[in-house]
Amino acid sequence: MSQGTIEGTYGDFGGRFMPEALIAELDTLTAVWHEAMADPEFTGEFDRMLREYAGVPSLLYDAARLSEVAGARILLKREDLNHTGAHKIRNVLGQALLAKRMGKTRMIAETGAGQHGVATATAAAYLGLECVVYMGELDTRRQALNVARMRLLGAEVRAVASGSRTLKDAINEAIRDWVASVEHTAYCFGTAAGPHPFPAMVRDFCRGIGDEAREQCLELIGTLPDVVTACVGGGSNAIGLFTAFLDDRDVRIVGFEAGGEGIDTPRHAATITAGDIGVLHGARTFVLQDDDGQTIESHSISAGLDYPGVGPEHAHLAKSGRADYLPITDAEAMDALALLARTEGIICAIESAHAVAGALKLAKESPGSTILVNLSGRGDKDMETTTAWFGLGDPAAPVVEPVETPEGPQ
Amino acid sequence: MSTAKAFAATRSEGRAALVGYLPAGFPTVEGSIDAMTAMVEAGCDIIEIGLPYSDPVMDGPTIQTAVHQALEGGVRTTDVLHSVEAVAATGVPTLVMTSWNPVERYGVERFAAELSAAGGAGLITPDVTPDSVPQWIAAADEHDLDKVFLVAPSSTDERLAMTTAACRGFVYATAVMGVTGARATTSDLAPPLVARAKATTDLPIGVGLGISNGDQAAEVAAYADAVIVGSAFVRALLDAGTDREAGLAALRVLTEDLARGVRRG
Repeated sequence: MSQGTIEGTYGDFGGRFMPEALIAELDTLTAVWHEAMADPEFTGEFDRMLREYAGVPSLLYDAARLSEVAGARILLKREDLNHTGAHKIRNVLGQALLAKRMGKTRMIAETGAGQHGVATATAAAYLGLECVVYMGELDTRRQALNVARMRLLGAEVRAVASGSRTLKDAINEAIRDWVASVEHTAYCFGTAAGPHPFPAMVRDFCRGIGDEAREQCLELIGTLPDVVTACVGGGSNAIGLFTAFLDDRDVRIVGFEAGGEGIDTPRHAATITAGDIGVLHGARTFVLQDDDGQTIESHSISAGLDYPGVGPEHAHLAKSGRADYLPITDAEAMDALALLARTEGIICAIESAHAVAGALKLAKESPGSTILVNLSGRGDKDMETTTAWFGLGDPAAPVVEPVETPEGPQ
Repeated sequence: MSTAKAFAATRSEGRAALVGYLPAGFPTVEGSIDAMTAMVEAGCDIIEIGLPYSDPVMDGPTIQTAVHQALEGGVRTTDVLHSVEAVAATGVPTLVMTSWNPVERYGVERFAAELSAAGGAGLITPDVTPDSVPQWIAAADEHDLDKVFLVAPSSTDERLAMTTAACRGFVYATAVMGVTGARATTSDLAPPLVARAKATTDLPIGVGLGISNGDQAAEVAAYADAVIVGSAFVRALLDAGTDREAGLAALRVLTEDLARGVRRG
């Protein structure tokens, strides 16, 4: 199931760099996960929950008006339409079902944008588990709506005030909780990073994105797309899409990282583009770090991409050349977000807008090509940021025209 | 200098060793050297110097605060090695306790060589296990350094044996399932863990996590070969604020209390 010679490694990346206190639990989790994935009762229940509860499979949408502006055919995998508004529900339903199988009564999670926290709180409510979500204090302010959603769902949200007060610090705090609570608590990890088995397990719970999209694309246009793209923070939506296409050598795979204010500035989260190999949160991968190996605080307008590490399988796909990873700035992402809103009537998450912006760039390079974009989440949670960015809040103030409004339908 | 020498001495005195921790660069590089020197003078048998790291997942709030201050103050890996040299010069075995990434970033072989040259005894590596860092094991063997890995109440018998076999110097047994920080009561998980560890090795077993006074030290000293104290020392310095003399005085009082404790155990 995993690549590489040692389970849990991806070329030079991955592994399990964790305190001994957690190793027994990670071993048990790995064994239970393998056993569950081979048990038709477990996989059947997982599929049923995705279908009946989460609204999966999501649509593959032929974005005609956006395509016209872009100059290439853009297909959107509408993960924003899933229950809770993002691809994250796939991962949490899988992990919550595993937690039940292991007899756990409590689930903890870290969250950046709040999407994974909301998804975890949802799964916990759905399956009757106690839930605590760690969230960087800075993110609780950027994503106040998601904090309210988690609390309404019965989860306790703990704001993390240490370090950079963002996603990486929320992960640190969740690990600290887990070291002390592992007997009865499952750590529902939010991305395809961290120590084995999380990168592989999260990938496998999310790979439906790509499996569905591949089939839907063949049905819709009779052939595979030229390119598949997704945004990459930790990389769960991206690996969920890419996995189905890894053996399709003619399909180009491109991940878009958060370029923040530009990768020539210190304010970005483009880990693969600008980071170095190191160990963060249990895996060897690309890390934004200084000469002493201290983690450098990342920046992105999108809380979900604001992470100084990246999943180890992405690191391997980048190094091996199978996938390309390119940065998209805050400004490029916001322009794409507005363009998508105005051409298609879809307000996506700022995370996903990085993938849309990337697709627009690829379209310029290869006019007429077919580009499949994972629209990983919806944008309601980001409206405060979006309002401030475009100056939409004050009716008296002139609205910044984000993009050239395209012509009306033909 | 290996910790073996210190353990030979404490064993001949029929008592447990007192191991004290402070992060380098807290409150300043020179300030931390003075503080650790005071701890040696007041009765610590072994010193652990923490290498401040931005993402210390095994540390509770007290040590996080100190480490954060040290990093804000601009402490570098080279300052840690300088601190080792200064503290080891007192004649007490001095280890570095560190998260893994700074060592990998510095270069494992280079770090081992410079630690050895500075007179350091070895490394304590709380966030990794022997099976994940073969390059450190090779470098430590090459440079004759102690390799102190952690065992936990959750460790299986098989992993306990693997871990203690990879250790040199001593074995660090975590008394509780949790992060660093003073606790009101000692753990009932520690004695059985020490007994299980002792069944696999002749190395001394040190117990840490949560010990903050002489009575607790005495309790642990009754069944362990070393009593490891960190957060309580850091707390003493934090509470003294900018008053350096008061901080050093508090460290001495605490060290003496703990030193009496390990002699009662």
